[in-house]
Amino acid sequence: MIPWSVIVSVAVVSATIKAAGPVVLRGRTLPPKAIAVVDALAPALLAGLIIVELAGYQWRQVDWTVIPGLACAGALQFVKAPVLISILSAVIITSAVRGIPGA
Amino acid sequence: MTERPGGLGTAPAGDPQSRGSDATSRGWRAGLRIGTTLAASSFALAISFGVEARAHGWSPVAIVLFSLLVFSGSAQFSALTVLAGGGGTLSAVGSAALINARYLPMAAAAAGSFRGGRWRRGLEAQAVVDGSWISAYLGDGRFDREKMIGATAAQWPAWVVGTALGATLHLSTTFIDRWGLDVIFPAYFLALLVDALRSSARARLIATTSALIAASVVFVAPTGIALLSCSAAALLNLLLRNVKDTA
Repeated sequence: MIPWSVIVSVAVVSATIKAAGPVVLRGRTLPPKAIAVVDALAPALLAGLIIVELAGYQWRQVDWTVIPGLACAGALQFVKAPVLISILSAVIITSAVRGIPGA
Repeated sequence: MTERPGGLGTAPAGDPQSRGSDATSRGWRAGLRIGTTLAASSFALAISFGVEARAHGWSPVAIVLFSLLVFSGSAQFSALTVLAGGGGTLSAVGSAALINARYLPMAAAAAGSFRGGRWRRGLEAQAVVDGSWISAYLGDGRFDREKMIGATAAQWPAWVVGTALGATLHLSTTFIDRWGLDVIFPAYFLALLVDALRSSARARLIATTSALIAASVVFVAPTGIALLSCSAAALLNLLLRNVKDTA
């Protein structure tokens, strides 16, 4: 059975969630206190996204083979390498580690 | 405690040490470049969504339409999981809404960067997705509108085409793990986080707090709820500002 009601409802709700703020606020800038929160939202969200991507629901996705690649990407970024190089190094190293028999 | 003028989240665009990197360059081109990188990961994830939805008896047309209209992996997987577990329409929509709830403050924060009347602003706000929003943040509540839309414009077709391939070609998703494509998103977010952590001690405190919250919440709740909970760490910045102002 095709859940058309779910497809349409999720599409409408998702679009409304994203549009609500810009439609209500229009071009108005946020007050300084709200800007302080937004300012901190980027590092908070980044740290959260990394943990959630790596651990997954109930930590079921934890996989040690991604650690060497991510460590290399982090180190390269620390010495100000281009982002693309950092990402590519993570992909290549992770692929290589997973190619090791028994990994 | 010193903070760079660009705020806690990103390096300022004019920082000579980081000039030229995708994270700090601006405009449509920078957005498309970042979006293309992220699109590879979106594409791989979309294939697995297409395969999964097909296995649950959805028609290819419905699957592709879902990706075309919603364009949110976490919300789509969440709705699919609820339905597969015997949940009804309300539960599936509620779970997807909760997962996407983080976009409410994120889009509101970027409201001043969008252009035109209400309809156009609402339409431009559809470009708010995690990677694009973070890449486009300039600090001090400002966003690079072109970079955000450009990054999303590159990821959206990849998500839809990947879904279509997964739904129609009976592809295996083992290549995602084998070729390390699942590491693209975390590696990109890590690269941006390293830049953010360099900016101030306060950013490091907020990121550490957020990581601890995410690790705890995701152990008992779905990923979308864990991400929403991370917003609590952002409130820490407000608290620290108030303490500093009082002192």
